[in-house]
Amino acid sequence: MTKLQADRAAKNNLKENAAHAVFFLIALMSISAVILICGFLFYNGIPAIQKVGLWNFLSGNTWAPSDVPPKYGIHPMILGSIYITGAALFFGVPLGILAAVFMARFCPKKIYALAKPCVNLLAGIPSIVYGFFGMVSIVPLVRKVFGVNGSGILTAGILLGIMILPTIIGISESALRAVPNSYYEASLGLGASHERAVFFVELPAARSGILASVILGIGRAVGETMAVIMVAGNQARVPDNILQGVRSLTANIVLEMSYATDLHRGALIATGVVLFVFIMIINVIFSILLRRFK
Amino acid sequence: MKKTKPSDWILKILVYLSALITALVLLFIILYILVKGVPYLTPSLFALKYTSANVSMFPAIINTLITCVISLCIAVPFGIFTAVYLVEYAKSTNKFVGVIRLMTETLAGIPSIVYGLFGFLCFVSYFKWGYSVLAGACTLSIMVMPSIMRTTEEALLSTPESYREGAFGLGAGKLRTIFRIVLPAAAPGILSGVILAIGRIVGETAAIIYTSGTAPKLMHDVFSSARTLAVHMYALSTEGLHMRESYATAVVLLAMVAVINTVSTLLAKKLQGDM
Repeated sequence: MTKLQADRAAKNNLKENAAHAVFFLIALMSISAVILICGFLFYNGIPAIQKVGLWNFLSGNTWAPSDVPPKYGIHPMILGSIYITGAALFFGVPLGILAAVFMARFCPKKIYALAKPCVNLLAGIPSIVYGFFGMVSIVPLVRKVFGVNGSGILTAGILLGIMILPTIIGISESALRAVPNSYYEASLGLGASHERAVFFVELPAARSGILASVILGIGRAVGETMAVIMVAGNQARVPDNILQGVRSLTANIVLEMSYATDLHRGALIATGVVLFVFIMIINVIFSILLRRFK
Repeated sequence: MKKTKPSDWILKILVYLSALITALVLLFIILYILVKGVPYLTPSLFALKYTSANVSMFPAIINTLITCVISLCIAVPFGIFTAVYLVEYAKSTNKFVGVIRLMTETLAGIPSIVYGLFGFLCFVSYFKWGYSVLAGACTLSIMVMPSIMRTTEEALLSTPESYREGAFGLGAGKLRTIFRIVLPAAAPGILSGVILAIGRIVGETAAIIYTSGTAPKLMHDVFSSARTLAVHMYALSTEGLHMRESYATAVVLLAMVAVINTVSTLLAKKLQGDM
């Protein structure tokens, strides 16, 4: 090797190593982002929780920041988020799973080429447009049918049920497609019809993937903000029936953040902390299920 | 001949009915917005200046574009380089890779309002940028980075190993191989991910309402507050005074998302077609 070549090799080596280091540092970014988000949320939210008391904060039935003394109980909002999510699952899950079965096993190729982009579009519509649509069409419909105000758990549930459809369809479909073909062929060989083979053999075989899609749907419904604000009524109280208005955890933050100060502001950030913990639990369950299905 | 049982018929009907309902719901949403909104798409809504009499969405559109550009300038390099590190440099047995994957999954699952809260606490309050386009764009860039990373990773993985081997065989270094051979081959896939990220930025409200703020005028610089189109629509529709304009804004948002989705799908198809 001449000196020139050796020099060049050394220089290249340096360049390659430097590049490796740079890529490594950039890859650290996602870790530091998570740490930063946790840090800022908990640092600003925990003091308020301590001041109100964890139990009072989580189980208090009154949210009255302007009372003297102010009351910060987010129990109604926790229930609100749970009720709305439950209603969304009631509408979205059966429809979504059956539609996924259609996409994976019943859909002719030509229709599939049209249906797939439609599901993607359903996923792409901004939540503010969904919310607006709910406000101008579903709210008046519920008002007319039930003779109530119209904004409430039922309305939010219908709207969120539509919004989680693409999530459920997408993941359930790929779970169904991941079931080995031999399952289907074996059940046909044993005399089952196409429908029976799909519903009683393939669907149970894909259950962990389908469950994962439902969990991800829950995550979306719990975290949804703008659409919920526009149709759920936003009253911070424990509802008596599904036609009454409720306020979700997410809505609580957006509605009051613009004018909140001191402990009120801290309590809102603490609401964000509770939401964050909820979502983390849901995500952990999701990734465990997804690993199993892979 | 096989006899069809009634239960089979019921199942079949249920499946077709569900697909039909889903399709009808989508069709209904789109038609509803279009029919109610298109008549109100007047030229005055695209006037250069926003006034309280004429709530023009033009400034909001420009603000959206600028916010998009700034967020992508931050998110795209970080997303792509992280994916390059994971696919090209790190060994898959590396524990560190698992941690990065877990963190990216975590980031992808965080709801946008939590991002908004973080942006408010970090950029707006702690860095003292105030409600500003820069704060909004930084928040959004963290939010869309995981999806850019994920699509880039998939695109890189689907690039044939023979490309890399060929480049190494011809004497190219690793860095050269990545930038001249692997990344160009994966470009359509990466681009489709970036375009999806644009779609998320355009439609996002909760994450930027407390970071970019809601000033309806055209931004002066990156430290001024400015609303994007989605925030503009939220402001209009909750005020309740400008329902017609809200419908029109919804049409524009819907059209943007439809175009963005189509382009992204076409690019993803191109990637598959090339392989």
